[in-house]
Amino acid sequence: MNVASRFRTLPETGDRVQFTLDGAPASAPAGVTVAAALLAHSGAWTRQTVKGAPRTAYCMMGVCFDCLVEVDGTPNTQACMTLLREGMTVRRQTGLRDLNGGHCG
Amino acid sequence: MQQRTQEITIIGGGLVGLSVALGLLMAGQRVRVLDGADSDARASQGNFGLIWGQGKGWDFAPYANWTMDALTAWPAFAQQLRGLSGIDVALDQPGGYEFFTDPTEFDAFKAELAQQAIHLGKRARYEMLSGDDLRSQMQGIGPDVVGASFSLCDGHVNPLRFLRALRCSVQTMGGHVRLGATVSAIRPQPKGGFALVLADGETLYTEQVVLCAGLGAATLARDLGFNTQVRPQLGELLITEKLGDRLPFLSSTIRQVDEGGVQIGGTKANAGLNDHETLPIMSKLAHHAVTVFPALADVRVVRAWGALRVMSPDGYPVYAKSSMHPGAFLVTCHSGVTLAPLHASVLAEWILNTSATPELEAFDECRFALSHAA
Repeated sequence: MNVASRFRTLPETGDRVQFTLDGAPASAPAGVTVAAALLAHSGAWTRQTVKGAPRTAYCMMGVCFDCLVEVDGTPNTQACMTLLREGMTVRRQTGLRDLNGGHCG
Repeated sequence: MQQRTQEITIIGGGLVGLSVALGLLMAGQRVRVLDGADSDARASQGNFGLIWGQGKGWDFAPYANWTMDALTAWPAFAQQLRGLSGIDVALDQPGGYEFFTDPTEFDAFKAELAQQAIHLGKRARYEMLSGDDLRSQMQGIGPDVVGASFSLCDGHVNPLRFLRALRCSVQTMGGHVRLGATVSAIRPQPKGGFALVLADGETLYTEQVVLCAGLGAATLARDLGFNTQVRPQLGELLITEKLGDRLPFLSSTIRQVDEGGVQIGGTKANAGLNDHETLPIMSKLAHHAVTVFPALADVRVVRAWGALRVMSPDGYPVYAKSSMHPGAFLVTCHSGVTLAPLHASVLAEWILNTSATPELEAFDECRFALSHAA
């Protein structure tokens, strides 16, 4: 866990999952969502709107769409509705996704 | 003692009512708009935002021409709204496609457009494209599309911003819009004028009343002696996530909102006042979209809803003046977006009966009289 985050994890059971965020290695307790992992990691923005405003997970229940990230190449994935899995590739998003699956960032 | 005002009262604060209100205000009238409850069937909040002419009125020349008048008037109308409200309704008239996957339906629509073109004369500007022509002109069209029509004047707006722009414009012009004011009955007064009984028990008086209440007009129309019976027609639509790039086309069933999301719709069903979306129709819409433009297969649907169109018995607009109760008017139509520039201008001349009044007899409700008598 990155000390910069304002979020603390629940008491850990010991198992951890490795993933990458924008290519850099990261880890989180097993069984959490991608959103929880990202909040615990640094709590910093995980996507930018079309107008460049920073956003990250907010409602944690699939409603607000502020937690959208690219997961294993799929843009606009709701991080709060996605369980973190070993080896996941997570990328922050800038702007809107494109038809071909990429995004403008 | 009755309090009387010289105001014209519009019943209905949707796209039609607000457009009519704006036209009357521009003509110098005092206007009050009574808008109903949030839970009312509000076509103005569920529609597709199309400004669409192709095929309309192919079997009814006045409607074909009235629609074309509206298409032509839209650019200046959008400017006017922007000036009054500061809101850009995102008008875009790039021309519109109608895509077909069934050759028989394609041929039938071709015949309708040819008929419509006879009514429109030189103003008819469209072409029919075979599937292969289409695919050579535009990348990404699916192999199962057998053909398309393309009509040069068709376009779209952002429908929710349009509704807000209208309301702001009416208020800027000094119109009074009262929300949550459901009219439950109208009582024509013996010496002229009308008593409007609100659902909360309050009674308002008005010299003239224009009924623009969409599906809510059913019982109120009878109070005023009108015989038009509007019926709800369910349309369902899907909304996708927003895309950074633009679709290369606008069609009557697939359109990209200026903000990036794609709307997929155009279904028609009779479900009474039930406006719920249904899984089989949602699936059919998604299938249609992917057939036309396969790249959409990978795009997520984030919302779906149903909304009720307001349909007159023959589907054409009704502009009627009550013969029994002078000063009462009925305005109802399905195409509240497309026809708005006319509702907000020349329709006021008709209501006020000025020398500039347009020829609208073809839209009178007397056309339904025979079928009701039968």
